[in-house]
Formats: sequence, structure tokens, C-alpha cells
Amino acid sequence: MIDSKTFDPKFKFLIASEPGGENITKCFSCGTCTAGCPVREVTDRYNPRRIIRMALLGMKKEVLSSQFIWLCSSCYTCFERCPQNVKIPELMNAIKNIAVREGYLPPPMKSQLDLLASFGRLLEVTDFENGKRKDSCLPLLQEKTEDVKKILEKLGIRS
Amino acid sequence: MKQTNRAENHSPLPQYTYTLFLGCTVPVRALNYEVSARKVADRLGLRLQDIPEFCCCGYPIKSVNRYAYLLMAARNLALAEEKGNPLCTLCSSCCGSLTEASHEIQEDPKLRKRINEDLYSLFGKRYEGNVHISHFVRILNREIGEKRIADQVRVDLSSLHVAPHYGCHYTKPSNIHDGGDDPEDPKSLDKLIEATGAKSVQYEDKLQCCGGGVLAIDEQVALAMAHRKLDHVQAQKADAMILICPFCNVMYESNQRKIEKAFQKEYKLPILFYPQLLGLALGIEPDDLGLKMNRIKATELLKKINRGVD
Repeated sequence: MIDSKTFDPKFKFLIASEPGGENITKCFSCGTCTAGCPVREVTDRYNPRRIIRMALLGMKKEVLSSQFIWLCSSCYTCFERCPQNVKIPELMNAIKNIAVREGYLPPPMKSQLDLLASFGRLLEVTDFENGKRKDSCLPLLQEKTEDVKKILEKLGIRS
Repeated sequence: MKQTNRAENHSPLPQYTYTLFLGCTVPVRALNYEVSARKVADRLGLRLQDIPEFCCCGYPIKSVNRYAYLLMAARNLALAEEKGNPLCTLCSSCCGSLTEASHEIQEDPKLRKRINEDLYSLFGKRYEGNVHISHFVRILNREIGEKRIADQVRVDLSSLHVAPHYGCHYTKPSNIHDGGDDPEDPKSLDKLIEATGAKSVQYEDKLQCCGGGVLAIDEQVALAMAHRKLDHVQAQKADAMILICPFCNVMYESNQRKIEKAFQKEYKLPILFYPQLLGLALGIEPDDLGLKMNRIKATELLKKINRGVD
């Protein structure tokens, strides 16, 4: 049962002030997003219409702490079809950005941050990878760059 | 080897120079894509230059911190802007994320100011928003064109039936890609496949996502998504699936055995990158197109076009 006393009526405005979340209040729950969603097709844990409705109602903690916001595959099918230009993949990113600031960083995303900070890329390039590249007559890559770490440090992003 | 004798009545190949943006996945996990793209580019008059200092495009961090994504993208774009050439990507996600970041920085003066203050203080660089970004396949489609490609075909691929997979970020969001494909009914890859002489096979859910976007978060969901598509391609008895994104390849090729086990199926479906198919048509040796690096061997496909490996 949903208890409306726990709702945070300001949550939708918090989302709307986050880059990518601007159009959340335009949603009229038509469900076009969910009908064409390839993730929804294989699991009922992800349902964009439901998530947006929960956010509009002010179910802040439930939305931010749930794994379901991370299940958007960013395929942009709903982005193209939404009659209200809610820009759902961007909206999901806005909600995820807020969730991270509130301390909800899923472990796989933490690992990705660590990799980016360490190597500047998601996949490490060592002598081994460069050796394979050399064997295929491909130009060698700089093995790692500190620049991404510098960006993360500057913005105070810690994994 | 069968040869085709097409009249070369189209204009000669123009020369274009691009900076190649490899991203994270291609240079480590999809060397066959990179090798074949470079070979094909060379054959078709596209010069690709490298910048070894490029880092990740920024896409993976967008869900964690949008501004960090924009700053990572801007760092790469600043490096490309110094070179002065347009950017060519092999990964559809890199293409989408760099294009989106570039548009946003170009259109929003306040954001541009903040980005440039940070770029300057961190790296002594600036980004003015002048880099044009394109996917390799879109460059083939736009700058070379199917007709000129068809003129260059040397090997008959008409016995092949292959299934194009557009993936998501090659066409969507359509507002950042300057025209071209209708995201609900894209044609460019089908046309490029037909230009090689092979037949482009239609199948159910052709535009569906590979699932790669949720692989890190929930493997079972991602595999279930890829499984559906492999089923649909298999139902049409395609000789191979043709990809234009290295992350789609992680789903359909690297994870194909895992999907077979999880869903008790057998596909053994060869997964080729478009430049590999095109390279075969242009008469480039299979070895030079990295076909030995394909995890699911394309032996039968090569036999069909009389390019069987010994």
C-alpha cells in the first residue's frame, strides 16, 4: 500500500531542475514508453511509465533507492515516440544523477568509475593489448591517461 | 574466386581525411572491426588519422554525473579540434555521446563557458564546438555512397543472406544526427549491404536493442534481450548478422555461447562487422579483414563465396 503521507511533493521539481529532467511534469502517463520498451519486454521490473508516475507522486526514497532506474538500456525508443517530449532516457539519467548524490551508487557503476579513474578507459590497455595491436599492424595506444582521474577529482566524484 | 565486371561509370573516389575515435571497446575487444574498417577506408579513399591520447568518450559516466560526461567528451573533442579534421567513430555509443555533447556545448553559451574554464584549468585546452562527428558507416553511406561502393565490388556475394542490426545509437536520438535515417525505418545499412551484392534479410524486431546498456547492471536481462533477437535472425536462416557497433558485438558474439547455454539453444551464428562484409566484396583477403579473430567462425559463409580458408 502506498502511504501518501510519505510523499515528497517537491521531488518532481528537484528532478525538473536537473539537466535532462526538465520535462518530467509534461508526462500524462499514456504508456507509449512502456509499450515499446525492449527491457520491459523481458522483465516487468522495469516500467518507465510506473517510475515516472512514482516520481511525480513524490515517492522519492522508493525511486532513488531502487535498482529499477538503472535498468534503462538507453535505447532511445521511448525518446523518439513520447508525445510529450519527456526525453525519458535523459530523465532516467537525471534521476540516476540525483540518486548517486544521495548515496545510491550501484556496485557495477562503482567499478566502472574505478576503471575510468585508473585507466581513462573502461578497458585497460597494457603491453599485452598493445602487443596484440602491433601483431595486427594497428597503431599503439597510450596505455593510460590521468586526465579522467583529474576530471573526477575536480568534480568531487568518488566511487 | 568469382569476379564481377561492373562498368566503372561513376565519378572517381574522393579523398577525405578524418580523425579516428576508437573509444574503449574497439581497440581492445574488437580488433577485427578496427582492422577491417582501416583496410576498407584505405581502399575507398578515406584517410584515418589517430590521436593516441583519446580517453573514454564519457558515455559510461553520464548516468553518474552528466557534467563529468560532458567534460570528458569535451576533452576528446578539444584534441580533435586541434587536428582540424572531422571525427569518425566505429562505436555507435561514442558517436552519439560525442555528438550530443558537442551540440550542447555549441548551443549553450553558459555551459560552454564552464566547460572551457575547466578544460583550461585542467588541461590548458579549449573546445569551440567546431568538430563534426560521424559514424564510419554513415560516412560510407554519405560520402562514398552505395553506387561508388558497388562499382568497387570485385567478389560476388550474391549467395549471402545477412541480417543487418542497426543497434540504437546509430540512429537515435534522431535530433542529434543530422537527418539521414528514419529511426523507425532506417535504410542505410540495408542499402550498404545490398551494395556489396549480398541480400539484406528482414526479420522480426529488427530495430530492437541488443541489451548491452544493461549488461553491467543485470546480465540476465541483457542476455534475454539478445536471445530474442538471435532467435529472430535464426528463424530467417541468415548466414550472418551484420553489426556496426562493438558493444552489440559483445552481446551477440562474445555472449552467444552463454545465451545458448542459458536458453538451451544452438545458433552458431557468425557475427560480422559491416567493414568485414564490405572488405570481402572488395576482394580483400579474409585474413586482412580480421576474420580469424571472429569468435564464431565464418567458415561456411566463406565457402559460399569461394573464399574458404585452407
